[in-house]
Amino acid sequence: MSKGQIVAGCLAPHPPHLVYAENPPQNEARAECGWETLRWGYERLRRHLRKLDYDVLIVHSPHWRTNKGTHLLGVPELKGKSVDPIFPHLFRYNYDLKVDVELAQEIFKEAQKEELEMEMMVNPDFRVDYGTIVSCHMTDPEWSKPIVGISSQGAASYYGLEVMNSMMLKLGRATRRAVEASGKKAVLLASNSLSHRHFTVESDIPEDMSKEHITHHGQYIWDMKMIELMKKGKTKEMIELLPDFTEQTIAETDGGSLTWLMGALDFPDYPAEVHGYGTVIGTGNAVVEWDEVNRGKDFQ
Amino acid sequence: MEHNNSSVIGGFVVPGLPHILLAPEKNPGWMEVRRAFDQVAEEIKNSDADVLVLYSTYWASILGHQIQARPEPEFILVDDQFHDLGSIPYKLKMDVNLAKAYCETCKEMGLKARTTDYEGFPIDSGSVVALKLLNPDNRIPAIIVSSNIYSDRAETVVLGKALQKTLEAQGKKAIAISITSLSNRLTMGDFDPANDKISNRKDEEWNQKFLEFLAEGKLEDVSQLSRQFHREARVHKVVNFKPFWWLSSVMGAHNRYEGKVWAYAPICGTGAALVGLTPSEHASRDLEFDEDDPEFYVGERNVLADDLRALDREEKGESHESI
Repeated sequence: MSKGQIVAGCLAPHPPHLVYAENPPQNEARAECGWETLRWGYERLRRHLRKLDYDVLIVHSPHWRTNKGTHLLGVPELKGKSVDPIFPHLFRYNYDLKVDVELAQEIFKEAQKEELEMEMMVNPDFRVDYGTIVSCHMTDPEWSKPIVGISSQGAASYYGLEVMNSMMLKLGRATRRAVEASGKKAVLLASNSLSHRHFTVESDIPEDMSKEHITHHGQYIWDMKMIELMKKGKTKEMIELLPDFTEQTIAETDGGSLTWLMGALDFPDYPAEVHGYGTVIGTGNAVVEWDEVNRGKDFQ
Repeated sequence: MEHNNSSVIGGFVVPGLPHILLAPEKNPGWMEVRRAFDQVAEEIKNSDADVLVLYSTYWASILGHQIQARPEPEFILVDDQFHDLGSIPYKLKMDVNLAKAYCETCKEMGLKARTTDYEGFPIDSGSVVALKLLNPDNRIPAIIVSSNIYSDRAETVVLGKALQKTLEAQGKKAIAISITSLSNRLTMGDFDPANDKISNRKDEEWNQKFLEFLAEGKLEDVSQLSRQFHREARVHKVVNFKPFWWLSSVMGAHNRYEGKVWAYAPICGTGAALVGLTPSEHASRDLEFDEDDPEFYVGERNVLADDLRALDREEKGESHESI
């Protein structure tokens, strides 16, 4: 069997507003418009990923929060309705997805070698979290590939951000080894926003873009700093800065997804491609791709 | 003197982990908590409550406060963390009228609030566990209010008072239920249910302190101590430890309750306590430092015992007449 490969790693944020504004048939709520710059960013990502060709999406989501260990979806097919508990008026999505259980089990085993606490989720009634669904839908709206879903372990609140970083880097390395052993081509999705101090009040029309902006200037500066480091290929520095960034912007990086991604990609030192940046209810979101096949050359 | 809210005839603090519902037999402590739930369910059934009002720390909200208002929400719940325990099919019954009225009162009192009525809305595991155990036949309708992760004390107190006001306006008698663990640090690593214990000694000490206060009916004291409890014995996933703020605000912010600890046990390292509070005319322990009436000064309390005052006079060579 040939060696598997991570063909791309992506920062793939999951505000449900993006799916809402896309008006896909799976989602019950209907929008007039909204958050186009981010949705165009996802369009660009999809276009490029089609060129790369891949077999599976592996997604690490902060909205499947487990405090005891990292869990992996372990049921071959999951079907149900995901309703966002904060934005049920925007996101009520009927999903029917396939899980690459074999690869999930491989990640499980490799992560255990890193002495990480791991668990497989084998309950067929389990409801997939909206973070996983949004990131996967925006990346692959046809759901043409199976997925591997990984939970976000609450290490940041149980121990601290530095401990979280350390654990997620190990999980990333384990993911990489599992992909290589599988012989499959994988795209990894870190499903998180950057700065995450969001509005606590919603506008009457959720998709009224005249009301959309970053919550405060400091968040924006920090987001741009992190993106600058991505564009310059300085991912080690980015992860070093991550605890400060997370504290000062209440960033969703506390879930560990971005750190996991960097661990899996082994700290890429080539420029990432930023397909788009935009705010959603005040949070900063970027659609970013690290093309492991061409190592940035495709975008020059 | 703050009066008991006559609309609220009783209150409970209950844990919300699914082990109590799905796997109590795996640990004697879990079974103890489960039996306590069954006993409390019987009490609730025999009460003349019109409605159960729940505040769940398992239902996090960020855009103000959410109140469940679907008449009969129905789904199958699988806990995000403890999915291995199994599935929980549920069908609940909400007091939609009260939920909507509560929402309006919240808004009138300056809070951001909305009702939630969607098929498939993910009702939190704490609420489902509590209602399935305490109200298994849905004999009494309920409302559930979320725990806003950013709320501080002032906002949570107003949230509680808004419910008081709404209950009075509707003339309904309620049992208030706060769904929370005490300490909430889960045991990490290899875990054997048979050997469950509180995560660490400090958590246990703080749990015991809270239980001592609650057994004495000191709800307001526990409410006042909540910030410190959050610092000492809670994993900081949200900004405050709020369930006692809400409960004391709904029931009446004082210590005049009869308290009963029905059960206490570790569940996966967290402190799971089922506590009952019944409004009373007197505090369980009338101590000299309990609150005075803030509306009318009743004078010195003469906290020293008569014989001590006499002793003091003797030592000073004073007679009673000379005082």
